[in-house]
Amino acid sequence: MADTAFNGADMAQTGPIVALQGVSRRFGDRPALQDITATIARGEIIGLIGRSGAGKSTLIRVLNGLDRPQAGRVVIAGQDITDLDEAALQPIRRRIGMIFQHFNLLAQRTVAENVALPLKIAGQAPAARRKRVLELLDLVGLADKADQYPAQLSGGQKQRVGIARALAPDPVLLLSDEATSALDPETTHSILDLLARVNRDLGLTILMITHEMEVVRRIAGRVLVLDAGRIIEEGPVARVLASPRGDTTKSLVSGLSPSLPADLLARLAPTGEQALLRVDLTGTAARLPILQRISRLTGTDARLLHGGVGDVQGEPYARFFIALGTADHATVAQVTADLHPLATAVEVLGHVPHDV
Amino acid sequence: MSPMMFDLLLTGLWETIVMTGVSGALSFVLGLPLALILFTTEKGGIYENVALNRILGGIVNALRSVPFIILLVAVIPLTRLIVGTAIGISAAIVPLTIAATPYFARIAEVSLREVDRGLIDAARAMGASRWTIVREVLVPESLPGVISGFTVTLVTLVGASAMAGAVGAGGLGDLAIRYGYQRFETGVMIAVVVVLIILVWGMQGAGDWLARRLNHR
Repeated sequence: MADTAFNGADMAQTGPIVALQGVSRRFGDRPALQDITATIARGEIIGLIGRSGAGKSTLIRVLNGLDRPQAGRVVIAGQDITDLDEAALQPIRRRIGMIFQHFNLLAQRTVAENVALPLKIAGQAPAARRKRVLELLDLVGLADKADQYPAQLSGGQKQRVGIARALAPDPVLLLSDEATSALDPETTHSILDLLARVNRDLGLTILMITHEMEVVRRIAGRVLVLDAGRIIEEGPVARVLASPRGDTTKSLVSGLSPSLPADLLARLAPTGEQALLRVDLTGTAARLPILQRISRLTGTDARLLHGGVGDVQGEPYARFFIALGTADHATVAQVTADLHPLATAVEVLGHVPHDV
Repeated sequence: MSPMMFDLLLTGLWETIVMTGVSGALSFVLGLPLALILFTTEKGGIYENVALNRILGGIVNALRSVPFIILLVAVIPLTRLIVGTAIGISAAIVPLTIAATPYFARIAEVSLREVDRGLIDAARAMGASRWTIVREVLVPESLPGVISGFTVTLVTLVGASAMAGAVGAGGLGDLAIRYGYQRFETGVMIAVVVVLIILVWGMQGAGDWLARRLNHR
């Protein structure tokens, strides 16, 4: 590796990999980022989620110095890059790996040549490059594709090449820009598994930029929610999923949690035979025999009409739509009072007939 | 056809190949950098320089709008300066190169434009310098298109070199004019046209084959 100011010896070995302090960027009178303050800890996988136009792409470009904020500081691995010139930024960019939605592989180069490109840029000798490329292709499971061209590969394989290329210069940070958005669900899972393995085995810090909460749910420990250039919510994924605060977060999360199907919604009324409850549970509470517990309280059978138990970072996360056997106010109040300490949310949605 | 005519035809073919080949090679060497400058200096390019881009673009457009037969005569003083004479094959190479360079530059520029912008972004994000982006991304990725464009340029040069024959540059065009046209030897005219067709077919076929072989997209 070329001797630069950004090599292992000079880099801070402790402290956050990324520290943003009051970063703002506007294009004309359109604010893209507004007063962003955030840190990314060494070795974590952090999700950055937001709708398109929320400022995700600008934030990435600010992180690798392709764009400059008008206010605030950007510190990467202890080095303030805010005021560095192009030449000084280049060695830093070499240590920030990046993978892309559309892979961005060179079409006229083989898989091995693509993976070798960052090493070539860093000035590494051909023999050392070859050795490293083979290691990396082995790591991503494409050792037999070294001499093929990207056009001969599937989308998932292309992204594996992208990952191998991003890992080549031994990065301190991996930026994933919607890396699974162009892939089918099965391939998405295998790519996310690979990223999780890279994070675990190499201790590599990963920032996952996405508009899909599913991606964040599967591998990120912490999530930042970006909306109109501001971080509107931040915290452990399980917490944000279970009890999203803002409307944007709620709508981003809504696709993941079950919602009431149309036929039930059509028969939901303010009054009726049976009260319909929505109950959200996380952690061990999600696995309690909740129907039996309610039945015992009401003295009649409770019915599970919709919902299920999912998984967030190994934590169970449940949402149930339960019809009580009764509409009696006192009994319903007793049930909600009983569930309150267990659940992250309990809500009486309305009433449904006994035959739905 | 007499053996003498056959000799003339062979000589003419060789002269055409030399004129096309030398001016083609020169326009490749001059035109590709010109295309790179035109592409990279435009607004948003990696060497953004709008003023330089406008000036070069203007010169290229001006040269391309002059009819070749006019250019041929207009550059005679320059030709004399460079090769010492205004007639013959080496004299024809000067105007041919001047005409073909901006032509090829524009075609190569189109191929550069077809390189995915995402690749340039990816290379920048990898910490590549601008020159590295030109060398490792722009040129190799656009190469198949550039080769196709160069083939088109060569075929155009064959036609233009025939016109250069009109001012005594030799080659197949000269042969067709002196024997076929001025002496009404229809046989020579037909022979020249057939040889030209075969020459152009061969060049186009070779160019297509090379571009296909190089393209892994």
